[in-house]
Amino acid sequence: MKAAPFEYARPKTVAEASVLLGRKGVNTAAIAGGQSLLPMLGLRVALIDLLVDISRLEDLKVVTRTPDSVWLGALTTHAAIEDGRTPDLFNGLMRHVAGQISYRAVRNHGTIGGSVALADPAADWPCCLLALNASVRVVGRNGVRVESIADFITGQYETTLAAGDIVMGFDIPAPASALRWGFAKVARKSGAFAHSIAIATTQSRNSRPTVVLGAAGPRARKLDATAGMIGLGETSEESLRAAIAADLETHFADQDAYQKRMHAATILRAVREMQAR
Amino acid sequence: MAVHSAADGWIGASLLRKEDARHLLGHGMFVADVRIPGTQDIAFVRSQMAHAQVRGVRVPAGAPGRVFTLADLGPLNILEAGPELAAHRHSPYPALADNRVRYVGQPIAACVAPTRAEAEDLVDTVEADLEELPAVVDCVEAMRPGSPRVFEQWPDNAFIAGTVKEGDPDTLASAPIRLHRQFRMNRQATVSLECRGSLAYWDHRNDELVIYLSTQGGHVARRGLAQALGLPENKLRVIAPDVGGGFGGKNRMMPEDIAVAAIAMKVGHPVRWIEDRREHLIASVHARNHYYDLIVSADSDGTLLGVEGEVYIDAGAYSLWPTGSFMEASMASRNLTGPYRIRHLNLKTFTVATNKAPMGPFRGVARPGACFAIERLVDEVARELGREPFDLRRQNIVTASEMPYQTAAGMRLDTGDYVAALDTARDMIDLPKIRARQKRGEPDGRAIGVGFAFYTEQSGHGQVEWVKRKSRVVPGYESANARMLPDGSVILHVGTQNHGQGHETTLSQIAAHELKIDPSRISVRYGDTSTTPFGFGTFASRTIVFAGGAVARASRSLGEKIQRIGAHLLQTDMANTRLEDGAVHGPSGSVSFAEIAQAANIRQEHLPAGIDPLLDVTSTYEPKETGGVFSYGTHAVVVAVEPDTGVVEILDYAVSEDCGTMINPMIVDGQVQGGIAQGIGTALYEEIPYDELGQPLATTFGDYMVPCAPEIPAVRMAHLVTPAQTTEYGVKGLGEGGAIAPPAAIANAVADAFRDIGASFNETPLTPRRVSEAVEHARRNKGGAA
Repeated sequence: MKAAPFEYARPKTVAEASVLLGRKGVNTAAIAGGQSLLPMLGLRVALIDLLVDISRLEDLKVVTRTPDSVWLGALTTHAAIEDGRTPDLFNGLMRHVAGQISYRAVRNHGTIGGSVALADPAADWPCCLLALNASVRVVGRNGVRVESIADFITGQYETTLAAGDIVMGFDIPAPASALRWGFAKVARKSGAFAHSIAIATTQSRNSRPTVVLGAAGPRARKLDATAGMIGLGETSEESLRAAIAADLETHFADQDAYQKRMHAATILRAVREMQAR
Repeated sequence: MAVHSAADGWIGASLLRKEDARHLLGHGMFVADVRIPGTQDIAFVRSQMAHAQVRGVRVPAGAPGRVFTLADLGPLNILEAGPELAAHRHSPYPALADNRVRYVGQPIAACVAPTRAEAEDLVDTVEADLEELPAVVDCVEAMRPGSPRVFEQWPDNAFIAGTVKEGDPDTLASAPIRLHRQFRMNRQATVSLECRGSLAYWDHRNDELVIYLSTQGGHVARRGLAQALGLPENKLRVIAPDVGGGFGGKNRMMPEDIAVAAIAMKVGHPVRWIEDRREHLIASVHARNHYYDLIVSADSDGTLLGVEGEVYIDAGAYSLWPTGSFMEASMASRNLTGPYRIRHLNLKTFTVATNKAPMGPFRGVARPGACFAIERLVDEVARELGREPFDLRRQNIVTASEMPYQTAAGMRLDTGDYVAALDTARDMIDLPKIRARQKRGEPDGRAIGVGFAFYTEQSGHGQVEWVKRKSRVVPGYESANARMLPDGSVILHVGTQNHGQGHETTLSQIAAHELKIDPSRISVRYGDTSTTPFGFGTFASRTIVFAGGAVARASRSLGEKIQRIGAHLLQTDMANTRLEDGAVHGPSGSVSFAEIAQAANIRQEHLPAGIDPLLDVTSTYEPKETGGVFSYGTHAVVVAVEPDTGVVEILDYAVSEDCGTMINPMIVDGQVQGGIAQGIGTALYEEIPYDELGQPLATTFGDYMVPCAPEIPAVRMAHLVTPAQTTEYGVKGLGEGGAIAPPAAIANAVADAFRDIGASFNETPLTPRRVSEAVEHARRNKGGAA
């Protein structure tokens, strides 16, 4: 399990990194924390000519609190979020999610930008950032663009990233009042990739809730029927289950009977946890 | 740390392990840490297909001398493996593939380069031309007529088939209770922390082949390697340095070991192969993989009467030298009565060749499957009768007054109080409290269940047992050399291999006990065929009985000579002396071991007439009774299960066990806790599934789930101590028991959680999917019936 030979570059600026990553006729990959890429290189399932090390680009490490949001640079590690070293505007949701990603050794190196750029269907951040209505800022040869997470991730391991594009970071809007949230996850064991992730959030008393399911299909999706049902106020389990079933049919029809049962359980648990908060 | 004083005695002292400091500081020396100048790395070209004709191996130009196929290694001898029984079919296993590959991962060619990465680059350039053949994937299907064959010349796919018929099973047909159940324990890897590895070179000074090998038994490995390579055994030195766990997986001759040694004899520099985790999961020793199709019979009062049916062992493509995996079937069937007074057995057993990596031993060998089957059956009978499963166990279990008890399958359960073990576990887990909690229900909607399982663990079995098993190598004794140096310090050399068991500590405790010196004055050495007396290695929970006994005998002889010399120096009769605190004490004064050792080694003029110099004794040991002594225990576990997700959480785990006299209770605790960790792996997590083409589907730790610290509860333990009657100090082996009972106990607990709907959990691991689907199946059946 040793990587095949590749060239290695450590650019000093984002612009330089973008140029290197966009080289024509060269199979390139950006490395940040390397927690997914290095094993893939070692197993030789990812074969590249040039590895562009962006892990020391200061522009990607910026973390700031803006008036309406928090900005997390792409190189922000899971551990930094878990430990509360980034502004927590979300009543602990991001800290909670971060703390359950893989193992601490992985969290020390793994980055939020790398996780979203890889777009593993079972990853936690795409699901969480979708629930928080975050946007991603991408710099590339055509300049800078801002996309919602829903638009950015297009499928399993698929995003709008083109050759030379680099994820700069995420703009995550601040909720109007203390965020109410619930989070539930099923994995074969602690630290393993999830088989189901559900997140429910309510931004303020009068706003419509958001419910997201991840690890179920090619990408995480918002569950509108379920969210709408919760928004009506007190709901019976029966009606909530019906709404969940409708959402699963809409977005995750390929899932088998067990998977649907499991997803319904995680969604219900996340919703109940949010309602109890 | 509790300070231990010599006055308390060394047997039964929970000393910290001598081994720990170096491992905690990263100062251990494993095969991959060995640095021999000029060493090059080997990577293997492995079969991508489960079953194929090898039409050719294309080596790129410019690579001659760096890529080896079977023809380049020779001449090599094929080791005949498996029991010495004509009925056991031969499965010649070449070091590199000949014209056939029989499992995904089988080595086809070896590539040598200065680094492992470059060797893997070379692997990528070698093309194996394979013509796919139909694969044999399921061990039950494999025995149907018309199944493809793993070996064309065999009449069917069985390495060996057998029958176990005891008592009068014909009487069972009329039993009031007859339940038919199937149980499956799926395939696992052995997952030692350190994978396998070897480094080999020709030592020109000694004119011998030196092989550093991560093995559980260097002497037996040398025998196998010498035969395969056609070398005299005195031209082969096997060194096992620190070995990071084996669990059985490092106790068989593997093709890579032979290939590395053969290449070392062809090239002018050292070569090594360090197994990576992917290779380990795909192509190292595999384990478990039993299928049981059984009928249990019972009387209406709950008396268990007999077990009938079939046992299938999915043994993979080849028998591994020396003994193959044939013992799985006999051990599984002979242990199927468990600790119960079940007198009738009628079992057909099939050890089946499949296109999967060869099966080898793994902590517990066969008994986790047998325990799973019988202990699940006990719960099923209890459910059928509306009885508390615990009570049914207690009703049927062999009592202390019946000891020694000869089981239906001929095993002699020697000593112990099984009922006390049951009761202790029941009290520890507080059965009534759990039953009350179940009645209340859980606020989070989960279901609570409690499960029990009882195991026995044969250990210390010697000549009689291994000859009965037709073993090619009969590990009926162990050896130890005890040597006192001129300053009175002691070195023990033993033929067993420490690979995490703490032998450096426990064996020095035994010598300290006999010699009346502090264990810190004693070094324990092992793992080098050039320096240690012949021994069989560490497996089958045998070391404390055999090597412990050999150390006791050698130390005792050494002590006697010391005492004799001491008496002479004290000018008194030996009968007036005693050993104490590193000295021989007489009626008027004492003489230290250092003075005695000096006389014996370098100042012979002080020796009494007729006494030879040197304090150096080699002894062997075999217990008086060689059918084995049986450790035993009860595991009790409480689980919470979420029916819709199928996620199982262990809430409590209690064990009452009896391994006879404990040399070091802290090490016993560690063995129990560690065994249970692996048993939980079998029960809930670990599995190598195969697709219909024979492709393994769990080839990294991303897919192969090993329980980690969060999944492993702190096990509560009680030790009952019934000393064995036939071993030194009354010890019994206990390395495997922890791994035997967890699948049964946990599956019983999960079944208990859903006893109201009659859900069955008869396949390991109990993954969330399997659990939820079993619940759903039972719900639907119940709905349909109502």
